Amino acid sequence: MRFYEYESRRILAREGIPLSKHGFAQSAEQAKQIAADIGGPVVIKSQVLTGGRMKAGGVKFADTPEEAEAHARDILQLEIGGHMPRGVLVDARAAIKQEYYAGVIYDGFRKLPTYVFSDMGGIDIEEVAETHPDRIGRGHFSTILPHMDFRAKDVIASLGITGSELGRLTPILSNLARLFLKYDMTLAEINPLAQLEDGTFVAVDAHMDMENEGRPRQRELLEELGVGDEETRAAREPTEFEIKGEQIDSVDHRGVAGNVTEFDGNLGLVIGAGGGSLTLFDAVRRHGGKPANYCEIGGNPSVSKAANLTKLVHIVARGVIKACLELGYDPAEKIAVFRIPGAWEEEGFKILEKYGVEYYDRSVSMHEAARRAVEKV
Amino acid sequence: MSGHHLIDEDTTFIVQGITGREAVNLTRENLDYGSNIIGGVTPGRRGRDVHGVPVFDSVAQLVDEVGQVPDGSVVTVPPTFTRDAVFEAIEAGVKLIVIVTERIPRQDVAQMVELATLRGARIIGPNCLGIIRPGVAKMGGIGGPAADTRKAYEPGSIGVMSRSGGMTTEISSTLSAAGLGVSTAISIGGDAIIGSTYAELMPLFEADEQTEGIVIYTEPGGRMEAQLATWLSENEGAKRPVGAERADRLPIVAFMAGRFMDEMPGMSFGHAGTIVEGKADTAAEKIKRLESAGIMVAEEISEIPDLMREKLGSVATA
Repeated sequence: MRFYEYESRRILAREGIPLSKHGFAQSAEQAKQIAADIGGPVVIKSQVLTGGRMKAGGVKFADTPEEAEAHARDILQLEIGGHMPRGVLVDARAAIKQEYYAGVIYDGFRKLPTYVFSDMGGIDIEEVAETHPDRIGRGHFSTILPHMDFRAKDVIASLGITGSELGRLTPILSNLARLFLKYDMTLAEINPLAQLEDGTFVAVDAHMDMENEGRPRQRELLEELGVGDEETRAAREPTEFEIKGEQIDSVDHRGVAGNVTEFDGNLGLVIGAGGGSLTLFDAVRRHGGKPANYCEIGGNPSVSKAANLTKLVHIVARGVIKACLELGYDPAEKIAVFRIPGAWEEEGFKILEKYGVEYYDRSVSMHEAARRAVEKV
Repeated sequence: MSGHHLIDEDTTFIVQGITGREAVNLTRENLDYGSNIIGGVTPGRRGRDVHGVPVFDSVAQLVDEVGQVPDGSVVTVPPTFTRDAVFEAIEAGVKLIVIVTERIPRQDVAQMVELATLRGARIIGPNCLGIIRPGVAKMGGIGGPAADTRKAYEPGSIGVMSRSGGMTTEISSTLSAAGLGVSTAISIGGDAIIGSTYAELMPLFEADEQTEGIVIYTEPGGRMEAQLATWLSENEGAKRPVGAERADRLPIVAFMAGRFMDEMPGMSFGHAGTIVEGKADTAAEKIKRLESAGIMVAEEISEIPDLMREKLGSVATA
């Protein structure tokens, strides 16, 4: 789950990382007041969950509170990448001596979190990695030993940074690593981390992602930030259909049943296990079919959970049939094909037989089942 | 547990969270298949039994009363309690942990893996169905009820590794029907961080004389396939024929699901590990990477046996 910049800044402040003077506004008048309080030149930044704000006109500079008000009015009405802004951030504009990058992510290879640090901040770190790989320092740290500052210090010093810079940067990178673990983040990034003319450092922009699996135990922080359970913060807004799927899934933890996704198409897929869903989705498309939605059932979900989900998909065996009957459909007509390749197949076939649903066992491949389903629709 | 086999007919294991609905089924299925489950743990349920398997409050209590440290543990407790259960097993001396539970926060997984590494234990999963050596033993829900498992998994010569539990059985069943059979199949789990990756398990398969070839099931996302490709190029195969100049590799056939995801960047399907984060992780890139490492990529599951036979034939005549 992605955080807005203003939320990410609040998390940084909570953990003692210095920030430029700023405020969050949801109206032009509020923006004007914040600019007046800051005094001096400010930047107005759109608060959207997408990149490319600068290019889209979502970041503007103002020298007076009146200018700040006018820019805020424009930006608050500006849609960026399909997203309307949540508000604007009014940020003090200070003279910057140098920009750094500080980030923490997981390394799936080493199965540990790693720092990523660079003295070339202000641009995408991916770009730095390509053009100046020697300007990026990395280093793993433990998830079970207490976090020690020297780990962060080693990474910063590996770029040749020494003197007071090393002393000032070390606690910032260390605190970023601590908050990464404390709040179940999968990404915590400050870019740029700016050194001002007086030698001090402030975070000027920040980006954080919390793992969805971590949300239940991060209630305290999420409540403080005002993030409700219904906010998925996905790359695109969930459809009503997907939100209902999520609600059914959250009712009980046994088995995965959910991850419902809607597409423009005419064939509903209810699939046991995530890997099967990916395979079948490919197969349906390969035979010219258009998946309308996607829903996986894994582990051993309860019958009612499967039934509720299928009700939603409108179209595992007991659940699907039960849902069709409850909705007044004839299962034989609504269900194109049903394939059970393994566990509990005999029990499943008995039920399907009773309702006249076309079914296959393991001797019919997933691709073949997909082809027959596409032909029937 | 001996040598390069994760499990054999003498492997003893326990089930943590044994009184849960899913775990009760799993216990029945494993016992029916011939596995040695010497006990189960559910705090507060001491003195009960599940299909004849005694239940204890803790792993330490189990070890004390049964009089032996089990070789392995299948962990089926809810995600909130998984880390505690896995630490408990590792600290009691258990060396092989199969984590069935899904939706465990990544940090917890990293912590479990870190402790396992410190203590010389191995983790399979999380979010997996476990391990099977057809006709010998199984550990975990892999294959479902014993009768269904026997149909899908016939003893044979092909090793299977899969990020998807269900697809482990789908592929194995296809190999069995084609007469190739399965030596060992491992559902490795689909999360962003897992205890044992393809590359980390390859040496075990390469050391196993029964295994003649490998089939892997892959998805978009993650860097596990890149790791396998690198491992293949940097390490010599263990199956060195006497007098041969270069090491002989086990032939590998891969099946790649989720090719459609290339057209939908930023969308998440199936496992958490499949979030496409950049060009290097697309299905198309991954296929290219696998092929350049000498791995054949099948378009459909039904093609796998023929591709494998082709590869085995070229090994035999080389």
